Amino acid sequence: MAEVTTDDGGETPTEGIQIDMISADRMDGLRTMEKIRLILDGVHDDNIVILESGLQPEEESKLIERTMTEINPDGDGFTGIEIESYPGGSGGDNGFLGRLMGNDEPNTLTVIGPADRIETLHKDETLISTLVTRQ
Amino acid sequence: MGILTDLRSSISRATSSLFTGGEPKRIGIYGPPNAGKTTLANRIARDWTGDAVGPESHVPHETRRARRKENVEIKRNGKSVTIDVVDTPGVTTKVDYKEFLEHDIEKEDAVRRSREATEGVAEAMHWLREDVDGVIYVLDATEDPFTQVNTMLVGIIESQDLPVLIFANKIDLDEASVQRVSNAFPQHETVPLSALEGDNMDEVYDKIAEYFG
Repeated sequence: MAEVTTDDGGETPTEGIQIDMISADRMDGLRTMEKIRLILDGVHDDNIVILESGLQPEEESKLIERTMTEINPDGDGFTGIEIESYPGGSGGDNGFLGRLMGNDEPNTLTVIGPADRIETLHKDETLISTLVTRQ
Repeated sequence: MGILTDLRSSISRATSSLFTGGEPKRIGIYGPPNAGKTTLANRIARDWTGDAVGPESHVPHETRRARRKENVEIKRNGKSVTIDVVDTPGVTTKVDYKEFLEHDIEKEDAVRRSREATEGVAEAMHWLREDVDGVIYVLDATEDPFTQVNTMLVGIIESQDLPVLIFANKIDLDEASVQRVSNAFPQHETVPLSALEGDNMDEVYDKIAEYFG
């Protein structure tokens, strides 16, 4: 969790929730494992990571696999990730047929956070509503 | 959607028909935890080989390793199709050992189960990318199918160009809604069934032979 110091010298830091909004341009320049590391490092720091343009299915698969290897049940308390994107983004037109039709773009805006801190309240094609809790 | 769906379906079936004879196809049974994957794998294995694949339980993540039942020969309409059934751990993006404590499991055992569950999910993802020739995606028809894990998993399966059948399980329960499942994944065929009660298994085997034969 990010700490924000006060103007008078920072003796009593206030706690906030850091949100990293990562542009599609920045993600485009990264290899798969670099993207996954960027996401998971943020989540390990208790940040909420918002991707302007989501991951490809293969990258999602590796993100799940990598997430599982980093859960240590009696370790640092990391229990995995919560991930949400608009319905129809992944697995919709981005599957085999989508690529056949020339649509090779990743899915839509994606929100990722620590599983024990983020809870989805509502999701539809136009709105993702999440509750982010402090530790 | 209709033409595109038909085209996609045709391509999927063409892909499936490209399988060469000889080696049995490995059909992965995927889905979220507690959808009834092992119950289905056991039903198929018992019906055609007499043996089970693994233990079933209402406790999530009971299956923590992918298990394979080899050479399951399914006979339909005078023909036979031989498949290897791969029962996989339920896929999730999170595992918290405290969930197991709610099922009267001691902490030490819960931690061990959690560790094995995470390894199992990672293993299942690896199988999906490398080692299966087709997928049966099992959903609990009493639950909301519009989850991120389901959307991601079906997207991943599609990206691998694997033939896939969606099974809407637990239709013996009053709350089951097959329509809700088929609405969630209209691009794929949805087959209703109760793996526990053995309901609609004739259609299940017809579709397995059609898609994976």
